[in-house]
Amino acid sequence: MNREIVIQTERLSKHFGDFVAVNEISFEVYAGEIFGFLGANGAGKTTAMRMLCGLSIPTSGQARIAGYDVYKNTEDIKKNIGYMSQKFSLYEDLTLEENIRFFGGIYGMSSRQIKAKSDALVEKLGMENETKKLVGALPLGWKQKIAFSSAIFHDPKIVFLDEPTGGVDPITRRQFWDLIYEAADRGITVFVTTHYMDEAEYCNRLSMMVDGAIKALDSPANLKEQYRAASMDEVFYEMARGAQRKAD
Amino acid sequence: MRTLRFLLQKEFLQIFRNKIILRIIVVLPVMQLLILPLAADYEIKNIRISIVDHDRSAYSRQLINNIVASGYFSINDYSAAFEQSFEEFQKDHSDLILEIPARFEADIANQKGSEVLIALNAINGVKASVGSTYLSRIIGAFNADIRFRDLPQPRYPAVAAIEVVPQFWYNPLMKYRVFMVPGILVMLVTAMASFMCALNIVKEKEGGTIEQINVTPIRKYHFILAKLIPFWVIGMFVFTLGLLGVARLVYGIVPVGSLLTLYAFLAVYLVAMLGVGLIISTYSATQQQSMSLAFFFMMIFILMGGLFTPVDSMPEWAQWIARANPVAYFIEVVRLVVLKGSSFYDIRGHFLVITGMALFFNVWAVWNYRKTS
Amino acid sequence: MKQFLTFVRKEFYHVFRDRKTLLLLFGMPVMQIVLFGFALSNEIKNARVAVYDLANDAASRRIIEKMEGGGKFEMERKAWNREGVEQAFREGKVKMAVVFPAGFDDDLSHLNHAQVQLIADASDPNTANTLVNYASAIIMDYQRERMQAAAIPVPVSTEVRMIYNPELKSVTNFVPGVMALILLLICVLMTSVSIVKEKELGTMEVLLVSPFHPLLVIISKAVPYFFLSLINLTVILILSVTLMGMPIAGSLWLLYGVSSIFIMAALSLGLFISNVTHSQEAAMLISLLGMLIPTLLFTGFMFPIENMPLPLQVISNIVISKWYYIIVKSVMIKGLGLAAVWKETLILVFITVLLLTMSARTFKNRLA
Repeated sequence: MNREIVIQTERLSKHFGDFVAVNEISFEVYAGEIFGFLGANGAGKTTAMRMLCGLSIPTSGQARIAGYDVYKNTEDIKKNIGYMSQKFSLYEDLTLEENIRFFGGIYGMSSRQIKAKSDALVEKLGMENETKKLVGALPLGWKQKIAFSSAIFHDPKIVFLDEPTGGVDPITRRQFWDLIYEAADRGITVFVTTHYMDEAEYCNRLSMMVDGAIKALDSPANLKEQYRAASMDEVFYEMARGAQRKAD
Repeated sequence: MRTLRFLLQKEFLQIFRNKIILRIIVVLPVMQLLILPLAADYEIKNIRISIVDHDRSAYSRQLINNIVASGYFSINDYSAAFEQSFEEFQKDHSDLILEIPARFEADIANQKGSEVLIALNAINGVKASVGSTYLSRIIGAFNADIRFRDLPQPRYPAVAAIEVVPQFWYNPLMKYRVFMVPGILVMLVTAMASFMCALNIVKEKEGGTIEQINVTPIRKYHFILAKLIPFWVIGMFVFTLGLLGVARLVYGIVPVGSLLTLYAFLAVYLVAMLGVGLIISTYSATQQQSMSLAFFFMMIFILMGGLFTPVDSMPEWAQWIARANPVAYFIEVVRLVVLKGSSFYDIRGHFLVITGMALFFNVWAVWNYRKTS
Repeated sequence: MKQFLTFVRKEFYHVFRDRKTLLLLFGMPVMQIVLFGFALSNEIKNARVAVYDLANDAASRRIIEKMEGGGKFEMERKAWNREGVEQAFREGKVKMAVVFPAGFDDDLSHLNHAQVQLIADASDPNTANTLVNYASAIIMDYQRERMQAAAIPVPVSTEVRMIYNPELKSVTNFVPGVMALILLLICVLMTSVSIVKEKELGTMEVLLVSPFHPLLVIISKAVPYFFLSLINLTVILILSVTLMGMPIAGSLWLLYGVSSIFIMAALSLGLFISNVTHSQEAAMLISLLGMLIPTLLFTGFMFPIENMPLPLQVISNIVISKWYYIIVKSVMIKGLGLAAVWKETLILVFITVLLLTMSARTFKNRLA
């Protein structure tokens, strides 16, 4: 694995008034890696991720994403990342084709590039018959596959996935992870938050967040060994037990 | 520029796909323009009158005839007891009571003079004073008539008479609709453009799609421009539909002044009002909030815009508010250009102010719109 | 019943959590009362008049002076000429011009006849008419002053009595109108939007699968707005009594009673709109753009309904605020009792029942 660092944080914190949402987290993510970002609800995952995407300015600490500073170069960061969340990614009142054309367009791809790539993509997803349908009318699993595909459509250095597989059946989830592996093979770094511990096992490395701080960071195998656990589930329970904050 | 093109493409696709909104854009203004000017008529006519005649003489009948002949009044009831008429008055069946006393004719004939009572329902003060003015004028003419015809003529010196020659410019037929239609059109264009713009942005906030936009390299001003332009176009469309469609075909109003002047002003005005919409959207998190905010300000803008009541009649402090009200400027400009044929030079002051407002509102909106928190 | 209260409590939470909306709900009546009470008036005063005085003699100066005195006119005395007057009209700087021909006083003294020209900007016909009337009256007054022949008999004099509103305050007319306007718009808007919002977000499904009659779910959404509207009504009444010095002539109980019926009618209209629309945007545009202006016009407090063409007078009957306005005027200002307004009240009840039936019907269709 090549060791180029694409995400680097040092004592990165975010406070909301008295509340410390993210407390001095420091970690590195390497290029082409699938990096799992785990934690109970309310542990601070989303806040941390928003800072890395340039959506939220940190209170203190340092972070560089794809070589750009999260304080000064938020707009440069945005050119080099893709983002997808469970909550939303696509415009439901646009068709599959129109969504892809839109997201490709705003990342500065030429119309010819967009056309060629979207044809290939539609074929790969097997959705040739759905291109003219409004996204709102498609099943959730399909929407999420399309959302992921459009998040990496412009070949970003890093793609951030915020609980991408929430509410999806196991088969679709499996297919979704095939897409993630494929992206990682192309050299795209994948930064993913999830609740599913089986998914955690698919990651190259994992970080565990508890009460706004990172409690552990290693490969799934090493973590299981360290906690003498048979599965990631057990590791997770072991760690979450010490949490002070209530899950929401 | 390319980014803007893709953004605009998306906005227009979304708007044209929404059939309800499209229908609202076309049907609502046309319907309202067809109905409202007919309803918004201040001209007071058909004042309903109750007459209590205690005299029932030739003179009292003549006075009543004069009142009916004037065309302003319609007689609701004719009775011999005040209580009876007052009941009608209380039920809002009549607007005023004229009570003619007994010995009306006799007192006039023996030159003692007689006094009639006019009781008005003054809840609507304007209507009341107009009614009493009309009636006083009729009684004045009745007096002159009797003096000239029936009373012994003393030898007065010749009376110097001043003849008042009124001229009514720009609208010699005094049609109230000609005045109201342009104003109502302004109100419709304003409400639609700014309101829809505010709602549209907040809709993206509420649905979370704005988050996705914020992680892309789209620049603030690109996003804002892409939201402004479609509603600017819609505003232009609605105005054109109203002015060249309904106002011309239905009301026969043909702008006296230059369309270029009018559209130049409209173009800048829409930018200003869309700016207001943007500001509202930056301050609200849900569509419900943006609606309440927009409603609140739209109410002030419309009421203080001189549409229904003249700005000149307001007290000093209220006139200052009206001076900060973009709607007031546009209503005035539309009336000036459409009805009086004012040129661009004539409205240069208005144009300058509205340009300033357009800049101010939009800078404020852009400044307050945040991609990051 | 307990379940129903649970639902109602949830709705109250929604309403009270959204501070911005809440603030506006109460800011709105205050703003309107202040504007209608103090700022807006149809009365014409301080109208700017261009004085084009070619005579500049004792008579013309005296008339100008008299015009200036009444507070109706602001006389712009400068060296006008015809082009200047036209220019001022086109820039909207003056509303009327008064023109005295050269030798005005001489003509009057020697020929016993002289002309004054009043040029009014009739693009606003109402103002033009009023201004010409005011000015004519002042000129006639001057003429009388000049004659000084007091011996002319006046056969019929008049005694004018203004009833219900002797000071001719515009508030008296506007307060009942504002009450109707505010209560109607707020109720319709808020209920329709809050219901459609739940539809849009999908939370409505959750409520509908609960073991509870779906229609009651919907009605529980209207309950908080019912109480908010009563509070709003109280605020308006307190303001109009204290700030505007407008006493409530009739029974307060009756006023609240009919207001409750009116609020229910408005809420049912909101329910109905929410049933036939699917997005918040559409519900708002219909309730606001489609209702604000018609309510303003057809309630009757800005423009007299009896002046409208007959078809519009017929249409005005379905605008519920019109009936409420009539009732409030009778009870609040004239001090009449139920005997005088039972007909209007019945109409409101009828409309409420009609709207509720229609809502229930469309609602069932949607579920099927």
